[in-house]
Amino acid sequence: MINDIPQSDLEKMLFHMVRIRTYENEIARRYSEEKMRCPVHLSIGQEAVPAAVSCILDDDDLAVSGHRGHAHYLGKGGRGDKMIAEIYGKAAGCSGGAGGSMHLVDLECGFKGTTPIVANSIPVGVGLALALQLDGSEHVACTFFGEGAVEEGVFYESANFAALRKLPVLFLCENNLYSVYSPLEVRQPEGRSIVDMVEQIGIPSRRCDGNDVLACYHAIKEVADAARQGLGPRFIEFPTYRWREHCGPNYDNDIGYRTEAEFEAWKELDPIEQYERRLLENGKITADGVLEIQKRVQEEVAQAFEYAEAAPFPNGEQAFSHIFKE
Amino acid sequence: MRQLTFASAINEALCFAMEEDHKVIFYGLGANDPKRMFGTSTGLEEKFGSERVFDMPTSENGMTGVAVGAALGGYRPVMTHLRLDFFLLAMDQLVNGAAKWHYAFGGQDSVPITIRLILGRGWGQGPTHSQSLHAWFAHIPGLKVVMPATPADAKGLLISSIRDDNPVVFLEHRWLHNQTGVVPEVDVACPLGKAKVLQEGADFTIVGISYMTVEALHAVEHLRLHGINCDLIDLRTVSPIDFESIEASVRKTGRLLVLDTGAAQCSVASEIVAGVSMRCHADLRGAPLMLTSPDCPVSTSFGVSHLFYKTAVDVVNSVSGALGTEVPVDALVERQSQTPHDVPGDWFKGPF
Repeated sequence: MINDIPQSDLEKMLFHMVRIRTYENEIARRYSEEKMRCPVHLSIGQEAVPAAVSCILDDDDLAVSGHRGHAHYLGKGGRGDKMIAEIYGKAAGCSGGAGGSMHLVDLECGFKGTTPIVANSIPVGVGLALALQLDGSEHVACTFFGEGAVEEGVFYESANFAALRKLPVLFLCENNLYSVYSPLEVRQPEGRSIVDMVEQIGIPSRRCDGNDVLACYHAIKEVADAARQGLGPRFIEFPTYRWREHCGPNYDNDIGYRTEAEFEAWKELDPIEQYERRLLENGKITADGVLEIQKRVQEEVAQAFEYAEAAPFPNGEQAFSHIFKE
Repeated sequence: MRQLTFASAINEALCFAMEEDHKVIFYGLGANDPKRMFGTSTGLEEKFGSERVFDMPTSENGMTGVAVGAALGGYRPVMTHLRLDFFLLAMDQLVNGAAKWHYAFGGQDSVPITIRLILGRGWGQGPTHSQSLHAWFAHIPGLKVVMPATPADAKGLLISSIRDDNPVVFLEHRWLHNQTGVVPEVDVACPLGKAKVLQEGADFTIVGISYMTVEALHAVEHLRLHGINCDLIDLRTVSPIDFESIEASVRKTGRLLVLDTGAAQCSVASEIVAGVSMRCHADLRGAPLMLTSPDCPVSTSFGVSHLFYKTAVDVVNSVSGALGTEVPVDALVERQSQTPHDVPGDWFKGPF
């Protein structure tokens, strides 16, 4: 399976996984400095899906995401320095400082935005797909969300319309088992499969290991190809796990809603460690090659924080600009 | 001069906007129904095709989000709901999404969508089919809210709303749909945020919103016959409010009555009264007044629903009371008694 993937993509995925992890770890490390004064929902442990997307979607494909959107923004190709500046509330941020961590956008790479109300951006992704279909485009729209969003009414409305109109939209659902502190078993009936349910709405659906980036690559490539060919929407559920607390920089396995043992079991499945090992075992990269990627990423992240630190806040005029487009 | 109904004027504006810009798309539940949304969507599908004009699933919230996405993808969706009350399901997409998009992303993208909402009244529309909630929308920065009263303004303001690069909530009072008036055949786009002075007089300022402007026209004419001359300002856009026009009039008359189709508390009327009270206090010769629906859900019962709606008689009584004069209202009462209180005229036989 690994031999089906071009070497450039194999390296790109490792780069993006390391890049996402490094940005997120640095945010966590510096959060107590109290310069990033907004909620942050970190994606550590969930790097595989966005890294795979980095190889499948190009800048003319469109994407939206939700509150835990740093990784999707970065994976789609969003500028890291502008993301960090945004989290710092600076005018140089990707949203001019107005949106913070939960409103990330980079139009250059087709990343149309993250919105934090659960499932809010799902119909927006479907609407982007409607626009692409009306344009006669071969590009696709992608909407990232978690399994909690599947409990929102608007998910069904969006899936129904996407199926009805055979829209070129990918529903990528990362199931990390928790909605804030609430486990899946208090939110969805035992034994009911999300993919079976979505399949019944009329969208071909499948499950894919969300910690196995090679599996993610193949799965996302297959559904993107289908959507590009006009076969309509596709849904993938990716079981995965967030390592840190729902919102914030810390681990919270001690507060009682999940166990240290569960966390450790998922940590064993670290998507980056797994992937590095496979690349090394298959001779796709050398240990020096891994170090080179880590070094390149560390330099980028350091520069991004310097950029954010040095940038000014918006001024009073900017604060009250853009209520309406003139 | 060519006369059109309000509904036909809406239809003409939609045709005009869709001809002008091929990125305008139109959808709503019943977009292509046999009655064509009270005649407002007549001929659109035939003229512009089923890709641009289409019926939709019963998914108010989702389809509002689809409009946001399509707008971000370069289109100008016009969405229509036969009753405003159903659109309440879409508040997340409207308030958290459409209204915030331009600001929250630093002004890079915008969401040019127009949402037509039809307000019910009478014929037992009752508590959940007749709400006039424009004040909700007016409370949200990032939304423009439009409420035309005349056929010409319906056409002109709808064209402007569709051309606007921002989300616009466009409210049509069902009782206006069959009103006729002169409507120019040409592009009559009129600016959003500008009120219109319909009658001029030095004794009183009356501000009307939507259908209440029609009641006000009858009242102002009646008052004129009794020697009281009023400025009648049709607000036309309830957000932003054209305070400049209102305040200029109040500085002349020293008196204000605001008519609102919604309930009193936290209403557009109370906002106007507050603004005028703060900024024109020295010019006021009496307390500003407002006539609104009561702060009570609207009863369905024919036996009591007349208690919920203000009419020209109430307008005349408010003005004459404030001026300390007596103006007989027999003629107005006689006119009103020719049709049951719960219909706008013979043309309306329900059911909605």
